[in-house]
Amino acid sequence: MERSRRDILKLFGISALALSTGPVLDAYAAEQVEHGAAAEPYVKMGGKALKAQQWALVIDTHKFESEEDFTPLIEACHKIHNVPSLPIKRREIKWIWTAPYHNAFPMSPMKFVDEKLEHTPLLVLCNHCENPPCVRACPTNATFKNPDNGIVMMDFHRCIGCRFCMAACPFGSRSFNFRDPRPFIAETNKQFPTRTKGVVEKCNFCAERLAVGQLPACVEASNGKLVFGDLYDPESKVRELIRTNYTIRRKQALGTEPAVYYIV
Amino acid sequence: MLELALKGSKRYYGWMGFLLAIVGVGFLIYLKQLDFGLGITGMGRDVSWGFYIAQFTFLVGVAAGGVMVVLPYYLHDYKAYGRITILGEFLAIAALVMCLTFIIVDLGQPRRIFNVWLYPTLNSVLFWDTIVLNGYLFLNIVVGWNVLEAERNGVHYPAWVKPFIYLSIPWAISIHTVTAYLYAGLPGRGFWMTAIMAPRFLSSAFASGPALLVLLCLIIRRTTNFDPGRQQIQTLAKTVAYAIVLNVFFFLCEVFTVFYSQIPEHMDHFTYLFVGLHGHGTYVPWMWTSMGLMVIGIILLVNPVTRRNEGVLAVACIAVFAGTWIDKGLGLISGGFVPNPLHEVNEYIPTLPELFISLAIWCLGFFVLTGLFKIAVSVKEEVRE
Repeated sequence: MERSRRDILKLFGISALALSTGPVLDAYAAEQVEHGAAAEPYVKMGGKALKAQQWALVIDTHKFESEEDFTPLIEACHKIHNVPSLPIKRREIKWIWTAPYHNAFPMSPMKFVDEKLEHTPLLVLCNHCENPPCVRACPTNATFKNPDNGIVMMDFHRCIGCRFCMAACPFGSRSFNFRDPRPFIAETNKQFPTRTKGVVEKCNFCAERLAVGQLPACVEASNGKLVFGDLYDPESKVRELIRTNYTIRRKQALGTEPAVYYIV
Repeated sequence: MLELALKGSKRYYGWMGFLLAIVGVGFLIYLKQLDFGLGITGMGRDVSWGFYIAQFTFLVGVAAGGVMVVLPYYLHDYKAYGRITILGEFLAIAALVMCLTFIIVDLGQPRRIFNVWLYPTLNSVLFWDTIVLNGYLFLNIVVGWNVLEAERNGVHYPAWVKPFIYLSIPWAISIHTVTAYLYAGLPGRGFWMTAIMAPRFLSSAFASGPALLVLLCLIIRRTTNFDPGRQQIQTLAKTVAYAIVLNVFFFLCEVFTVFYSQIPEHMDHFTYLFVGLHGHGTYVPWMWTSMGLMVIGIILLVNPVTRRNEGVLAVACIAVFAGTWIDKGLGLISGGFVPNPLHEVNEYIPTLPELFISLAIWCLGFFVLTGLFKIAVSVKEEVRE
């Protein structure tokens, strides 16, 4: 008996060594010290911070004519968030981009719709769902819903790169850093972190700008084509637009409750 | 007992050395992946899981398949399996070593892997998967090792092992159920979002695991002085026969629901895999080969005349193993991601480095398996002398 127990312990020792060698070797090569963040996410609000129960975005598709109308919005976002331009399409990182109507709304595209809707691209981005499947899937809470304003956030330092959130997202809104993105950033914005290889990223509704009283970069660059506000404030501009216009949301039937509304 | 794995014939050392050499080369390529990132694979933002996760999924099945010898022996006192239960348990250990390694190589930030337990997230199926897989590994090591050691010493295994044995049976079911839940609960993925996923996973597990075990038993008989036994092999073959029939039946159930309901989000993935979508159809020949192999397996295994011929049985088991491997180790993951959530078709083709790292992990698994089987067979030979 004694012998067998000792043998098992030996076996455990060997197994543990085998399992731990990878991460240990890796840790020596670590570029940055990781902070042990608190398990419960919270974001500290500054005095000028814009506040909402659930931030929402209304996109007025009538106000966009062609691809050029989208470029300034996309560029504004990708520039301030250090989103790299990767040469290989399948490894692209995108926070906000355009897709044809049939691709943005593939589940139930209406037939014989207005020519303009059919042929003008639509803006697509993370929907900051009220019931986000990506948050449900994440094994480390690296992606979480900020309880203070409903934004689906990413902790780039906690993400282990398992990509379960990418499988869970029904909108293809998440990108993964398949390689070090830094050489592909034309001009680094020092106000926002760059990412390391091996982590997932996506639109954060400009949480860092809202915290200092600024609207999201895409909204600011849109000249009124995009409207941002609190979904649960009946007096807000977004609520007024939703009330007075016909709006649709992407894959509404899935019950994720997207917070991005399209006036069509 | 570990010393039994250290002394062997020239052929044994040669085989182990060969496996280690491939593992070594694979490790070097993995270092390259660690340095560059997962960009050395064929994965992308649309097909964000690939060959690694597919192998992981298939091998969870092989690991769970081991329970098909444990259950009849311990629960139904089917004495004949006493001789080969240990092979089922050791096969599970080797398969789990491969599973865990495939998970680690698939991570973008492997050095952060312990975040899964530092920040336990109960709503994540992945968290539970790490629990059930490591738990099953632990159970099989404890049970397998103690029972074999007792056999070597000519005594009954200690009483405290019994609860672990009983626990290991539902636990085997749990590992493949939880692994199926990784996929079956994702709202936007029509190919995976079906309640038949876990039963399908289990049926293919109970076909592929025992099929591999039959082949291993035949190899052991040929290369050692230990005979796993004709009766044992025949009973295992019947398990494979029923499981592969169920697997194909469950698949057809899914095909009915998908194509009778005509819901595009569910149909498109099947269309992509079996006839191609928008001009893309890399996996079409593979999927039909898989179906063909499973059907051949059924014909040869259900028919007693062919099943009883061990040469034909070996062919049938290879067909079942290869067929289920293509189905799960190739089609399942790529099929689920194509078309993507925006209904664009971006195909996934694994790259050479990715395939070699996978091959190396399989070799690592067979290295562990050979070592463990060497121990088991040496004990059996000792006891019989």
